[in-house]
Amino acid sequence: MTEEITHSNWKLRKGQIIAAKQMTASEKWFDIKLDDGRLDHEPGQFVQVELYGIGEAPISVCSSPTKRGSFELTVRAAGRLTKAMHALGKGDWVGIRGPFGKPFPVKLMTGNDLLFVAGGLGIAPLRSLINYVVDNRREFGKVDILLGCKTPKDMLFGDEVSGWQKRLDVNFSCTVDRSDPDWKGNVGLITGLIPGVTINPEKTFSVVVGPPIMYKFVIAELLKKGIPERQIILSLERHMKCGMGKCGHCQIDHPKNYYCCKDGPTFTYEEVKAAKKL
Amino acid sequence: MNYHILKKDELDGFIRKLATKMKVCAPVAKGHNNFAFEEVSSAAGIALDYIPTILPPKKYFMPPREKLLDFDISGDKPRDTASVDAEKLAIFGVHTCDLAGIQCLNMVFSEKPRDYNYILRKENIFIIGLECSRYCDGSATCALVGNHYPNGGYDLFFTELGDKFIIHVNTQKGEDLVEGMGLPKASSAYLESLDDVREEKRAVFQNEIGVDQKTLAGIVAARQESKVWQEIGSRCVSCGNCTNVCPTCYCFDMADTINLDMKTGFRTRTWDSCQFETFATVAGGENFRAERAGRQRHRINRKFSYPLDKFYRSFCTGCGRCTRTCMAKISLKDTLKALVAESRSVSHGTGQYSSSSLPLSGDESMVKG
Repeated sequence: MTEEITHSNWKLRKGQIIAAKQMTASEKWFDIKLDDGRLDHEPGQFVQVELYGIGEAPISVCSSPTKRGSFELTVRAAGRLTKAMHALGKGDWVGIRGPFGKPFPVKLMTGNDLLFVAGGLGIAPLRSLINYVVDNRREFGKVDILLGCKTPKDMLFGDEVSGWQKRLDVNFSCTVDRSDPDWKGNVGLITGLIPGVTINPEKTFSVVVGPPIMYKFVIAELLKKGIPERQIILSLERHMKCGMGKCGHCQIDHPKNYYCCKDGPTFTYEEVKAAKKL
Repeated sequence: MNYHILKKDELDGFIRKLATKMKVCAPVAKGHNNFAFEEVSSAAGIALDYIPTILPPKKYFMPPREKLLDFDISGDKPRDTASVDAEKLAIFGVHTCDLAGIQCLNMVFSEKPRDYNYILRKENIFIIGLECSRYCDGSATCALVGNHYPNGGYDLFFTELGDKFIIHVNTQKGEDLVEGMGLPKASSAYLESLDDVREEKRAVFQNEIGVDQKTLAGIVAARQESKVWQEIGSRCVSCGNCTNVCPTCYCFDMADTINLDMKTGFRTRTWDSCQFETFATVAGGENFRAERAGRQRHRINRKFSYPLDKFYRSFCTGCGRCTRTCMAKISLKDTLKALVAESRSVSHGTGQYSSSSLPLSGDESMVKG
């Protein structure tokens, strides 16, 4: 007896790509509009993107919920699905499930100073929060943004980054691992930028997003600055296949049984410091 | 709570009548002391005295492969529909370990966001349990987790009393069935005999590991760096048999298939295994559980440690299937005993364990909306 499940959580929302742009050699940006209304996400959440016949992949939403008509994704061609997605452009349709995951704790952060630390593609999920903060600037204290990337060519959201650079209500620093002749900024690891930031540790929330290797070193610097463990916020990467805390792929080796898709992807350092790997 | 009586020689009539109402599956002998749940139309093929089947009844609730979506991309905009094949089914002869396994899966898939493929299938399955009066074999650890006795999870439950079965009726559906078949109610003499059976079992089934569940959870949580993981990891071949046959392993993967018309296709879910090398690999290539030892530890954590915090129960049912099926002869009982022994030697033979390292409080902050 075959029964239709109208309320299945596996059903896909339909999103149409309304703009797309190749940002770097390996990253492409997409602006997507759902045909059934708003995504209604919060900063730090992710969606499952389905390319019919190819499969699904979890992608962080990189736009702020303050942008209402559509949402944006930045996709690195890393796996089968994301490579295929790079062939898509304006007018193409994708399936969307979500938004999923625990967002950044915006309410807790309100009224505090913020120190954003983004490494590489980590800027994508962090941008949803940075733009949210910029759009609600008066709700927060001092805002510092530290950005690190491999080379100047790998810099994402270049126009927007120079916008942050120009603002007087945001302190912005950037560094690259390897310079090129046109680069006039810092060269070196992102950890080198942290000691130079003046902070009041008691009332500072630091939000760190980057590759696993970056966390270890950045967190050590932040702790040295005296920022409490519960005020260091991370977004962890795992392969979140179902997004509903069931399939098991994104479970973190941690005594608390965290599923990255449901209990995360955002965690305080205090919550996840017992994990075997961040 | 009602009890009814069925004479053993009337079991065939019972199964035949049941089979006119719905598909009936029961344990069937497959040779070499292997058994499997299969469709039956009479009692003739049913193995009443059986050791846990190769695959648990999980296969009826969460099939090894199932369709989640059909899609059509021929039009301007893609379309999809979700459906489930949920046939009316009775499973006869489910042992108490497997009843517990179904209860575990029910918890997982009923938790929000709900999995309606599972839930709709579950609602169409009628469950008839069957009591074990003695151990199936030396691989079982049902007494450790208290699953040698029935703890709900069935519509009807059969216990052998000589040439009869005493049937415990647990649901209205069950009551309607036995009433419809005109089975007589059990007199108090039968209820006393049932008590005797349960009492005799108390002597037969003894905690196989020697520590209670909560203490064991504390030991597993505290022995994360144990050399036991290295030892079993060095023998494990990552075949995934242990998780496939486990009544509470539910990890899955999804895949799309496009039909030859290149316009329609479907999305399926298949069983997956945390023992496979790439299970915790992300697109960038990082593997969060690259070593076999870590993957075996993860499996044991997911049975004895993590679920006590999340679901307030062990996810090991004590069925012993993982031990029986392991090609490398990794024994669950030996693994647990080694962890306990190691824990004892670490605590200098005091025999005292603290379960304080295990958060059993059910932290509300973990419930994320």
